[in-house]
Amino acid sequence: MKDRIRLIDTTLRDGSHAMSHSFTREQVRNIAAGLDEAGVAIIEISHGDGIAGSSINYGFSETPDMELIEEAASVIKRARLGALLIPGIGTIADMKEAYHRGVRAVRIATHVTEADVSLQHIKAAKSMGMFTAGFLMMVHMAKPEQILEQARLFEDAGADYVNLADSAGYLLPDDVRRRVSLLTEKLSIPVGFHAHNNLGMAAANSLAAVEEGASYIDGTCRGLGAGAGNCQIEVFTALLERMECQTGVNLEKLLQTAEEQVEPIMLRPQTIDTDALMLGYAGVYSSFLLHARRAAEQFGLKTGDILKELGRRGMVGGQEDMIVDVAYQLSKS
Amino acid sequence: MEKVKAAIIGPGNIGSDLMYKIMRSRYLEMSCMVGIVESEGIRRAKKLGFETTTEGVEAILEKDEIQIVFDATGAKAHAFHAPLLRKAGKIAIDMTPAAVGPYVVPCVNLERLSDEMNFNMVTCGGQATVPIAYAINQAADSQYTEIISCISSKSAGPGTRANIDEFTETTARALETVGGADKGKAIIILNPAEPPLMMTNTIHSLVKNPDREKITASVSQMVEKVQSYVPGYKLRTPPIIKGSQVTVIVEVEGAGDFLPKYSGNLDIINAAAIEVAEKIARERLLKG
Repeated sequence: MKDRIRLIDTTLRDGSHAMSHSFTREQVRNIAAGLDEAGVAIIEISHGDGIAGSSINYGFSETPDMELIEEAASVIKRARLGALLIPGIGTIADMKEAYHRGVRAVRIATHVTEADVSLQHIKAAKSMGMFTAGFLMMVHMAKPEQILEQARLFEDAGADYVNLADSAGYLLPDDVRRRVSLLTEKLSIPVGFHAHNNLGMAAANSLAAVEEGASYIDGTCRGLGAGAGNCQIEVFTALLERMECQTGVNLEKLLQTAEEQVEPIMLRPQTIDTDALMLGYAGVYSSFLLHARRAAEQFGLKTGDILKELGRRGMVGGQEDMIVDVAYQLSKS
Repeated sequence: MEKVKAAIIGPGNIGSDLMYKIMRSRYLEMSCMVGIVESEGIRRAKKLGFETTTEGVEAILEKDEIQIVFDATGAKAHAFHAPLLRKAGKIAIDMTPAAVGPYVVPCVNLERLSDEMNFNMVTCGGQATVPIAYAINQAADSQYTEIISCISSKSAGPGTRANIDEFTETTARALETVGGADKGKAIIILNPAEPPLMMTNTIHSLVKNPDREKITASVSQMVEKVQSYVPGYKLRTPPIIKGSQVTVIVEVEGAGDFLPKYSGNLDIINAAAIEVAEKIARERLLKG
């Protein structure tokens, strides 16, 4: 187990899904300032689907992402300001603009089997002097050996660490152990983990990752995130403190930010409701949840039926457009 | 019947599939496969009885009988080939993102580009979505059009993977300049599901005049036009209209000439390129 764990707060990125991309300038300033004071290593901000994710498909950002990045940058003193970029959605040009607005850490995300589409972005980010991670989504869809192969592409391209994301909240702790332990054993760069709580395993899975040598763990205040949300960062910080594991995070300040800045603005409680559970059960990308709910309403269907069909079809992150396709086909059958 | 001779530079997947499509053409005759090294593609062309060379573009510049040249190399190589082909009086059909010449989407703007010497085929996603974007814009005036192309991982070659930004940027520009949207955005997703999925394309548009009947008629007419050169082009989800938002989903099944049927993405850009070449060939044959 690592003696020091770096916590990455992604309330302002994954939480953006749960907020339907409606964060305001003021909310961003308050949350970023609180997280910075609490001492998290990286504060990630951007549309839930990364820089340039604002779209019909994923939902438009109410305030332009680049302006929110500037707001966050204006209040941060210690932490690195981070952003997510999904090649195929955002481009190197978008990443450069984010850098000019104050982003200094970027995570380049691809589906777990498609790491090679990100190599040009990783190299470009490194050449700009950014802290750069390769980020594999939907890691439940590949075996540990395949994941290692993909992670090595990131390593060879110069990534500073590799992050595994259980985007569907599908994994059980042993599944996490197998994936993380192989990577920490074979790679020369650190490994991180990003959980979703659809089966109630977010903290347990993150802990399993830490026990297998992961150095970076993602979390969000109050668990705010896609589906049933992420690993609740204040809970995880407390857990690590109990285990006498250093994070450099002040729990009291973090709790204050979660309670005073995040909880009051949440659009709904971050619980594991039936539909969120179904994401984890069927292995479906967590951010499909709210889009599927809207499609269910539009076509007079059950959200769970749409989600199950998406899982059966093997849809991957970013395929929100297929929710409409599935709903249309189901409504005709 | 007499045919117009064509050469292909770049004997990879795209080049080989083009060769098979030319072999089926009533107006085009496969003349020469051009590479820079010995390769499987060169051997394949030789085996089928076609002339081949590994001397690059220079080897065909002097051959006056070759009137049309498909360039299936890369953007950098085409930037070098384009002026040489022009000087040699040959029509260039550019399969790369170099965009030396204007974007062409046959069912939308081929008629207007008859005097060009260099045609750029945009991207596979552009060939699949710009026609629908154009049809929606004609009927309803698009302020913003966004497309999502999903292709199977197996049909995304190393070129696409190493240059994925070129896909999004080029397709977005074509949605504006050819599709007529005030603003365009493109997203590409690779899906590794087995068996491989057919290429699907979603076209979302925010429009000024969301008249259901007009939009539906315009889109179905356009689908028929595309089908005339891409038989596997299908309307999966007819226009869904929600307020000012129009959504259409199309699927592309490949012809299976050289590439598997799930490679609809490669098939549609090649079929579009052949459509351009055949139009030029027909005109030249008519003039005699």
